[in-house]
Parts: sequence; structure tokens; C-alpha cells
Amino acid sequence: MRITAVVALFADLPEADLPEADLVAWIERGWVRPEPSEHDWVFHEIDVARVRLIHDLRHGMDVKEDAIPLVLSLLDQVYELRGTLRSMLRALEAQPSSVRDVILDVIRHPGLEAGALKGPE
Amino acid sequence: MKDPYQILGVQRGDDSAAIRAAYRKLAKIHHPDLNPGKKEAAERFKEISVAYELLSDADKRAKFDRGEIDASGNEVHRERPFYRDFGDAPGHQKYRRSIDPDDLDSIFAQAFGGGGGQRFTARGRDAHYTLTIGFLDAANGTTRRISLPEGRTLDVRIPAGVLDGHMLRLKGQGMPGLGDGPPGDALVEIAVAPHPLFHREGDDIIIELPVTVAEVVLGASLEVPTIKGKVRLTVPPGSGTGTRLRLRGRGIRQGHQFVQLHVVQPPGEEPELAEFLKSWTPRHPFNPRDGLPGAGLEDA
Repeated sequence: MRITAVVALFADLPEADLPEADLVAWIERGWVRPEPSEHDWVFHEIDVARVRLIHDLRHGMDVKEDAIPLVLSLLDQVYELRGTLRSMLRALEAQPSSVRDVILDVIRHPGLEAGALKGPE
Repeated sequence: MKDPYQILGVQRGDDSAAIRAAYRKLAKIHHPDLNPGKKEAAERFKEISVAYELLSDADKRAKFDRGEIDASGNEVHRERPFYRDFGDAPGHQKYRRSIDPDDLDSIFAQAFGGGGGQRFTARGRDAHYTLTIGFLDAANGTTRRISLPEGRTLDVRIPAGVLDGHMLRLKGQGMPGLGDGPPGDALVEIAVAPHPLFHREGDDIIIELPVTVAEVVLGASLEVPTIKGKVRLTVPPGSGTGTRLRLRGRGIRQGHQFVQLHVVQPPGEEPELAEFLKSWTPRHPFNPRDGLPGAGLEDA
């Protein structure tokens, strides 16, 4: 999708309007990173979704311009951590169930030591 | 369809600024991209968006208030993809912030019980247990068997003289390691139950022994309990409440047992004793309250 198509997409949305100048500024700041092509950019689905996210932040939630990099940075870290966590859980699936149980137990009760048990009185 | 005023939590008479503020507040909470793991956030956010779309448009709002359109606003709210659908999808590295491998290692090292820097190899976690034992078992040492949650049993040798709160470390008896990592240790915290008779001061044992007037005046040979069984104790004539007698080597390890005498009056009336005391002139008259500080009015 070309930049004009993205802008046009927003014009069709009932609640939204996206000036092309805004979108270009977001690209220049690196908030959105479409694929460069000869004259402008090619937007993939993930880029369009990200444009909508930034639009929601700016207009739907009234997040100030200078706070956007902070929000995006934190969100990107959350998604990265979620991805890492998923890989870890996949690796855990290959482990014996006793190991899995201990780790899941600790994840669910971070304050508790593994295998905590009361001895006989 | 729920009432859009209710969805946004605003009053019918509220102005557009109040409605916008309410929408922004809810959007910050429920936007699906801010809640990647919460499936229901998409539904909730859509509800909020539809309500806001209706109430933020003066024309539509008036029509709704007059009952000319329903809460859906007769608008098909198109399905939209959210960023989380991509950002949270495996394989989409584009906007991910790469995590410093050192940072990950430190997280894993902590998560798996402080093993070295070897990747995917981690020492097993230490397993923590609490074991409550009696005072005498703690004083003399014992062996106790505890059953672990996974069905194993563990024989714990408790050394003589162990103190309340002591942590025994059983090497390699904890959780299995990951990869080639060694197993963790079992850490057994010992709780020592108090004893009604014996008390402990270091390696010495203290007991309080009730005695009769005759036993302290005349002296006696009494059987007293120690942590290793009964022994005979000689009470010298002229002892009294507070006299501390030592049983050498009868404490914990090299410690002793100390017996504090406590004179107990006869339970019933003893007219003969009373009669005797009336006629009795002590050979060494004294006032036991001599030397008590002050008349009790000022601080000692």
C-alpha cells in the first residue's frame, strides 16, 4: 500500500482523518517504518496497523506528541518480551513435567519458593 | 445494545468536552494494543468507540436522544486489524526492540537459581522446606524423614544442639538442573518447639525445680530430669529459692545443666509448723529487705 492509499484509508474511517504531512513526519521520526521504494514507501499490514495505533494514541487518547516515542518504545519492549516468553515456554514444553511444574509454580506465585512445604509438627 | 451514555459513564446532559474526556480515559485503559494479552479488550474498545462515535456527532446524538436511531447508530462499524495482531505474532521482528543478550542472561540466571553464564544450562533451584522438631530432638540430634511433594523421601540428619531457625543445606537434593546443570540443594529450615521444662542458654540447659521447705533446709538427694534422662542431684542443706545447682556435662555437647530451686509451700495448713515458727528465734536474725532501694517513691 502506498502512502496516498494509507491516507485515503483514514479518510474513509468514520472517526479519523490523517494528514499526509503527519504520516510523513511519523516516518521521518522512525515511529513507522514502511519499506522504502523509489519515490515513497510501501506499507505492509503491520505498518498500517501501527499507523492506526499512533493515530489512536494521538487523537483517541490525546497522548502528547513528545510522549509518543516513550509509549512506542515501551510497547515494543512488551511485544518483544512476549515473543521471548513464548519462545521460552516452547522450550519448556520439551522439559520433563516436574521441571515445567516447578517453573510454572514460581511464575504463578513469584513470592513463593519452589516446593515450599511444612514439615511434620 | 447497551446505552452509549452508560458505556462511556456520562450523563445525558454532559457536553461534548466531557464526553471526549470520558472516551479518552476509557480508550487509554482498553485499547487492544495496550492490552496484547487480553482478548476481551477488542470487544470493549469497539463498544467504547461505537458509543463515542455516536455521542461525539451532534447530529447523531440528537437523533439518538429523540429515539430516531438505535445505539448502534445504524452504522456498520468496520472490523479493523489492531497492531497487536501483528506485533504479537511470532516472526514479526520489525518493530521489536532487541533485548540485550546480557540482560536476558541475567534474567535467566536469576530465574534458574543463579547458575553460571552457560546458555540453556542451569543449576536446579534450591528447594525449601521447614521441619519442626521437639526440643529434646534438637538438643540431642536425630534423623528425620521428610516426604517431598514429588513423592521422594529425604532423610535429614539433624546435628545435636541445632538452634531454632537453623538452615540445613543438603547438597544436590533440590530441584533437577536444566540441561547439563547440576541439581539444586535442599534447604531445610529447622523450627524447634519449646519445652515446658527445659530452656536453653547457649549449650547450657536450665530447668526450674520445685522443692519443699524441708528439702532445702535439710538438704536432699533428688531425681531430676535432664535432656539425656534422669540423674540424681544433691541439694545441699541451707539452699533456697533461686539457688542454682550445676549438673556438670549434662547440657548440650560440652554444656551443663543448671537446676534453679523453687521452694513451694505445703498446700494445706500446717499448724505445727506455724506453732514452731512462733517460738523460733533465728540464730542469725536478718531482714531480707535490707538493701532494697529507696522507700519506693523515687526511681531506683
